[in-house]
Amino acid sequence: MRKLVFSLVLILVTARVAAFEIEDHSTFGPKQAQEVLRILSTTDTAIFAPMIQSYLANNPDTFIDYTVASSTDVMGAVLQQSQPFDLVISSAMDLQTKLANDGYVQKHVSGVTGALPVWAKWNDMVFAFTQEPAAIVISEAAFQGLDMPRSREDLITAMRRNPERFRGRVGTYDVRQSGLGYLFATQESRVSETYWRLTEVMGSLGARLYCCSSQMIDDVASGELAVAYNVLGSYAFQRSDLDGIRIVLPSDFTTVMLRSVVVPKTAPSPELAGRFADHMLEQAHSNSGNFDIRRWLGPSDGAALSRINLGPGLLVYLDALKRRAFQKEWTNAILQ
Amino acid sequence: MTQPVLSGSIQRRLLILLFCASALLAVLLYFVVQSVARQVAQQSQDNILAASALSVIDSARSVDGEVIVDLPYSALSMLDSVTDERVFYVVRFGEDVLTGYAELPRPPLSKARQTAYMSADFLGEEVRIASVSRSFSADLGRDRLEVSVAQTLSGQRQTLARSSRLALGVGAGFFALAAVLAWLTARATIRPLDRLAASVSRRGPTDLRPVTAAVPQEMAPLVTSLNGFMSRLEASLNRSEDFIAEAAHRVRTPLAVVRTKAEIIQRHIRKPENKAAMREMIGAIDESSRTAGQLLDHAMVSFRLDSLAQEKVDLASLVNDMVERLRPVAEIAEIDLVIVCSDPATIQGDGILLQNALRNLLDNAIKYSPADTRVEIRLTKGDTGISLQVCDEGRGFPKAGDADLAERFTRGDNVHGIVGSGLGLTIARDVATAHGGRLILENNAGGGACASLFFPSS
Repeated sequence: MRKLVFSLVLILVTARVAAFEIEDHSTFGPKQAQEVLRILSTTDTAIFAPMIQSYLANNPDTFIDYTVASSTDVMGAVLQQSQPFDLVISSAMDLQTKLANDGYVQKHVSGVTGALPVWAKWNDMVFAFTQEPAAIVISEAAFQGLDMPRSREDLITAMRRNPERFRGRVGTYDVRQSGLGYLFATQESRVSETYWRLTEVMGSLGARLYCCSSQMIDDVASGELAVAYNVLGSYAFQRSDLDGIRIVLPSDFTTVMLRSVVVPKTAPSPELAGRFADHMLEQAHSNSGNFDIRRWLGPSDGAALSRINLGPGLLVYLDALKRRAFQKEWTNAILQ
Repeated sequence: MTQPVLSGSIQRRLLILLFCASALLAVLLYFVVQSVARQVAQQSQDNILAASALSVIDSARSVDGEVIVDLPYSALSMLDSVTDERVFYVVRFGEDVLTGYAELPRPPLSKARQTAYMSADFLGEEVRIASVSRSFSADLGRDRLEVSVAQTLSGQRQTLARSSRLALGVGAGFFALAAVLAWLTARATIRPLDRLAASVSRRGPTDLRPVTAAVPQEMAPLVTSLNGFMSRLEASLNRSEDFIAEAAHRVRTPLAVVRTKAEIIQRHIRKPENKAAMREMIGAIDESSRTAGQLLDHAMVSFRLDSLAQEKVDLASLVNDMVERLRPVAEIAEIDLVIVCSDPATIQGDGILLQNALRNLLDNAIKYSPADTRVEIRLTKGDTGISLQVCDEGRGFPKAGDADLAERFTRGDNVHGIVGSGLGLTIARDVATAHGGRLILENNAGGGACASLFFPSS
């Protein structure tokens, strides 16, 4: 009973203090449970719920509180250190890395983390549990009579040759708004010059800018967009409800983002958080089941996969000067 | 023999000393290697940090009068290339922070020093900071552009742990090698001593020659004193032998005179009790004179044994001569000397000594034989060797094969009433031994004793 009261008070207090916009909030497991785990995440509840349920199946005496917010808000909540979250899950690997680098994250070492591949962890603080490619989502109707592009070059060629078909029907992330879009853009610009040529072509066709992948997918499905560039592949692959769209992982190189989990320094139950994180990582890296870390990479042989490295390199594009310069250059290219 | 009083062991002491020295050097080596490794690790970390800071400062340019720093991706990612490191940086123009972590400590830079390093705690972890600066012109005027880059130390710790293990390995290996060398050294040092001890203890009981084998310089005083000691001992032994021989000789001549006089006087004495007294006197004189003679013999034998002559000796004729020479004495005692068997036999050696030995055996046989008995002499040559046997029909040895009888001045406990010095068997044994043979004492089954000189055929 005391636990329940305490939890209630905690929730009320949290709700009052919360200086960020909660997109979704749900709870799992018995309210009177011995252990309470609070997760702050950027991942939609529907997508992550199976993971929580698989944990509860083995640990029924746990109450899990799951809050969804935008990656910027998630970062802000951890920086404020007033939110008692045990686990922070985010698709913004650069922000997660910055949190860890700047000392807001505690180390977690276990048998599970010891077995992780080198690329899937950084400094025993940031742990990757998905690999999600940046994909090109194409409306099959819009490409009727054209070859399906397999690479960025193919896409550039198609757009240049058929400007009337694509004008106003090309979508991509607005890197000034979307952290994920910014991450994809900066990493691609680092890897290849093609990115800038593509951006200029899209700019010349009056590209439409989006905040989120799901909207881009919806617009392609509805035929409003002919092509959406740098859509989060994992979202696209899950939209089995939509017909007439084609998801392409560019064969020249496919940027792969890692969704990651960290345990904040302020976690009230770091031990429980560690156990849950281990469960997540085990599910993801055991190469089976719903959370297989390779499930979004498609049949690609891996040669063209360009995984974004966890590490301080990610801090470079978070630098204020660098960000300003990049966004300026990008704006010049896309808004003509 | 008295056991020597032991006080430690040179080899052990040497080993302990060398082990201690090796251990000390190994520990020293460990610390030296570790400190060098620490310096190298520190230096390489500093170099990487400086390179990173330089790449940042190289990206600085002035755009529209504003200082723009285009942070190179590699500037930070290179710091994380081997181990996961937390990385911090700050760019300052004069006192203004352009970008980065404003709280990052500043290593002391000056106009003269364009690169500086320091260790500090930052955001809960120890970091190494490198700063570089250069003069830069912007709208606001000319000022110093300063870039600091910092990195946590997990990589350096890892390197240090590795080099620490290496240093430990080097130290342990050095110690093991040094220990083996120390052991070999200690053994090699002790070896001349062992050799000397072995060469001295290998010597025969009468070998008092000086040690002539080469010895190390440090052992020269020991060998010198040993040689001096032995030569004094030899001189002293020789002197006492000489003295005995001289004394015996001096005593024997006057004794002969006294005996002659006593015999003459005895002839003129009528009273039977006086006559008996005189006979006892003559007996005593005989004993003395015989002892003196044997002492002389013994001295002579000792002398000749030291440098044994190697001549061909015909034992048969030697036996014959000696028997003929002693026959008159035997006849006085009414004892028959019989050469039962005389195989032709020769031996390499000293004829005079062999003669002496045989005479002592025959003397004994005559002396201990009752009247009207035979003493049988056999010279036989068999497959195993040459045997020269003297057998009497007397009282026999108290215990057959009693080797003590051949010791100097030792006589059996059944010799009452018979004159003797106890030197005869000693002489016979020494001669037999010097010729590579031995003296065998045994009793006959039918009574009487047998003494044989046995020379095995080599």
